[in-house]
Amino acid sequence: MTEVIDSTRSSESPNMTISTAPAISPGDGPLKMSTRNVNVFYGEKQAISDVSIDVTMDNVTAFIGPSGCGKSTFLRCLNRMNDTIPIARVTGDITLEGEDIYAPQMDVVQLRARVGMVFQKPNPFPKSIYDNIAYGPRIHGLATGKDELDNIVETSLQRAGLWGEVQDRLHDSGTALSGGQQQRLCIARAIAVDPEVILMDEPCSALDPIATAKIEELIHELRGKYAIVIVTHNMQQAARVSQRTAFFHLGTLVEYGVTSDIFTNPTQEKTRDYITGRYG
Amino acid sequence: MANTGTEHTVKAFDSDINELRGMVAEIGGRSEQAIAKAMRALEKHDLVLAAEVVAEDKLIDDLEKRIDDLTFQTIALRAPMADDLRELIATFKISGVVERIGDYAKNIAKRVPVIASTHKLGPASLLPSMSNIASQLVRDALEAFARRDADLALEVSERDQIVDDFYTSIFRAVITYMIENPKDIGEAAHLLFIAKNLERIGDHATNVAEMVYFAAKGEPMPERDRGDNPTDLLEEPTNGR
Amino acid sequence: MNSTTAIEKDRNPTDWQGDVMQKRIRRRYASERRFKYLGLGAIILSAGFLAFLLIVMVGNGFRGFTQTELPVDIDFPAMTGGASASQFEGVNGQANLRTLGVKDIVNTSVEIQYGEDGRELFSSGAWQGVSAAILANPKIVETKTIIYMPANSEIDVAYKGDGTAEAEKKVAELGDQLSTAFNWNFLYNSDATDPMQVGIWGALKGSLITMFITLIIAFPIGVLSALYLEEYAPTNRLTDLIEVSINNLAAVPSIIFGLLGLAVFLNLFGMPRSAALVGGLTLALMTMPVIVISGRNAVKAVPPSIREAALGIGASQMQVVFHHVLPLALPGILTGTIIGMARALGETAPLLMIGMRAFIATPPSGIAEPATVLPVQIFLWSDEVNRGFVEKTSAAIIVLLLFLLTMNALAIYLRNRFETRW
Repeated sequence: MTEVIDSTRSSESPNMTISTAPAISPGDGPLKMSTRNVNVFYGEKQAISDVSIDVTMDNVTAFIGPSGCGKSTFLRCLNRMNDTIPIARVTGDITLEGEDIYAPQMDVVQLRARVGMVFQKPNPFPKSIYDNIAYGPRIHGLATGKDELDNIVETSLQRAGLWGEVQDRLHDSGTALSGGQQQRLCIARAIAVDPEVILMDEPCSALDPIATAKIEELIHELRGKYAIVIVTHNMQQAARVSQRTAFFHLGTLVEYGVTSDIFTNPTQEKTRDYITGRYG
Repeated sequence: MANTGTEHTVKAFDSDINELRGMVAEIGGRSEQAIAKAMRALEKHDLVLAAEVVAEDKLIDDLEKRIDDLTFQTIALRAPMADDLRELIATFKISGVVERIGDYAKNIAKRVPVIASTHKLGPASLLPSMSNIASQLVRDALEAFARRDADLALEVSERDQIVDDFYTSIFRAVITYMIENPKDIGEAAHLLFIAKNLERIGDHATNVAEMVYFAAKGEPMPERDRGDNPTDLLEEPTNGR
Repeated sequence: MNSTTAIEKDRNPTDWQGDVMQKRIRRRYASERRFKYLGLGAIILSAGFLAFLLIVMVGNGFRGFTQTELPVDIDFPAMTGGASASQFEGVNGQANLRTLGVKDIVNTSVEIQYGEDGRELFSSGAWQGVSAAILANPKIVETKTIIYMPANSEIDVAYKGDGTAEAEKKVAELGDQLSTAFNWNFLYNSDATDPMQVGIWGALKGSLITMFITLIIAFPIGVLSALYLEEYAPTNRLTDLIEVSINNLAAVPSIIFGLLGLAVFLNLFGMPRSAALVGGLTLALMTMPVIVISGRNAVKAVPPSIREAALGIGASQMQVVFHHVLPLALPGILTGTIIGMARALGETAPLLMIGMRAFIATPPSGIAEPATVLPVQIFLWSDEVNRGFVEKTSAAIIVLLLFLLTMNALAIYLRNRFETRW
């Protein structure tokens, strides 16, 4: 006779605060983004409760958790994409390189260039491959001439591991590529505006295993050049790809620590239940 | 962190783990029995019983192989994490260790034909007590595995000291006997080996306990205080016991 | 969590091959067949109506494009007293032509050829055709030429088989001299009292100017409103109210817009009555809700993933709208615009209210000049007593249909051009 897991019940130890200042241990690399006591409300409903996490330069940070736990919502706070939802309200401090991203003097358009995003379903613009990549630099005025723009396009595609496959068909439509290539195109597009942070919202969930492996390898290569945060519902992927993992449950941050520790010896029971497949 | 007993969402995973636990309990039971039988054969100089122990060791070896295969398969197919992973790794190592315990029991049984009349040998009288304690250690270590009981595992690890002390005493006694009865040196030497086997069984039980502790807690067992080093003993000749 | 402990009663195995099933299958096939034939029948019926309309129109109207002609011998040298061709070339040609008195020449020639009543045989403005011929080819002034001039309306109608007894007699008299030719003037002339002289150019030009004004007012306002409502407007009661209002506006009967135009543009602003400008404004009011609705639907249909992608790399709201949303919504917007314009093209009631029902004999030269439009012209002609107007009405309808077809073709072309595959 086993007990029923009632997922509407709050945590067994409601007073347990997990790492209010999450561990920045030596060797973590420079701090890129910092969040403290972030709450997100959709109208009356609270989606995120009191989350504090740090994102550092050299580590890939993974957010894991069951569906509806708020990991995507929290990710979207980091580049203020929640602004596009009228009933969303965000409180707390979120800083990028020490600047508060919700301050009035922070230009949200520039913020989104500095904190890029890759989405779950690959969404290249219905333009040519070249124009897809060049669009960002064009609207931000990052290139002063066609040569420079060509250079940016080539570098971005190379960094995304796509250059070899598309270099002689840059003017074909971006939507004619395969799913995995499209996603790499979207990553290249995000890279083209020279971001500091790249947010990835379940980037591989629509891709086959080979394409997924290529993206994971790409993430590995990009580590260190950009601070990367990846939301994934695939735990094995989080284990493979990240160095820091945060486990979300019903809008709260249950545990945040070094990936190998979380997956071999988590401190919280909820975390353990989730990663061993005892959840629900 | 104790297991809450929650089942996995994929039930087949639970049935695999339960099967493995059953097999570990079985191999443990068989090894314990092998020790008991071998010692009884030694006391009564029962050659038939001794031969049984030797033959039954094959079953223990087969069981170990089956445990290895199933563990291997479960790791590949279920991608276990956290405590499931630790338990499976522990299962893997424990089965090897318990199989070696069985081998030691077999080794003891093999020496029975060579030891003619143990009642003549004084130091041999301690052997049954030593084997009981060693046997108990094995049983408790496996019990700790079944219950995921880190505290029991710690206790087992500490009680091994007793087995070591037994060995130290028997070692001294047998060496003294050897000096006094040179013609019985052959048999006495076998007694030494039997004592050594029992001491190794005790150490292996401790290995099992360490694995159990790691599986339960996620960190290695803290180092315990080791007793006297038996190699220090030969410097002082005994005063005849 | 307990696994299912309830004991499920085993269901009886389903007999897929049995009679009951077979009957169900047959009934299903039968109903699908029925539905298919019903659909086919509906299409045939609709196509039938359309074909009937076209055949009747074309049948009636085709004759409007032709005119009955009689030859007239004109001895130019004798009549003009030796005028030379060069007089009628170039810029001075028209002036000299006036002094020549072509009308008298023609009348005299007709009298010579056909007798005293000869002039009655021809339509009143027939002599203008001779002027045009002279301007086209001044050389004829130096020779004796036979010029074909259009007969009068009764003879024309009678020749085409529908005339009064008297006219029929005349036709019989004239016999072989009558011939049929294509009435090019129908396309160049404007309204007139004589059916033989009418043309649709006046109305066509009026329609074109009015449509143009409608387009340049309704399209930008409609598209910008649609973009604002979809992309920028906050979700509150006011926006809902605007939405409902626009939807209702699209369903308002067109004559109400006519009243609105009358009250606002003519009475309040004092704009010239019957001008294409006023007509265009009124029709723009009518077309705008259609454009807004179709524009909104087109913009709604642009998937949010494109918007998110653009926002994600730091595009501002305006850049998202103009670089991404609008290009993808354009086919839908264009379709809606053309539908709205086509409806506006055929509107009569509102334009009647603002006075575009007058008799306009010359095509409008500007937006403030009195004008009329094709549907109104058709309406006016259909009211005429003279039988000659019957076929002209049908001919005008054909022109209107052709205009519509052209607009639709343009719409399809534009939509295909702008459609991006993805």
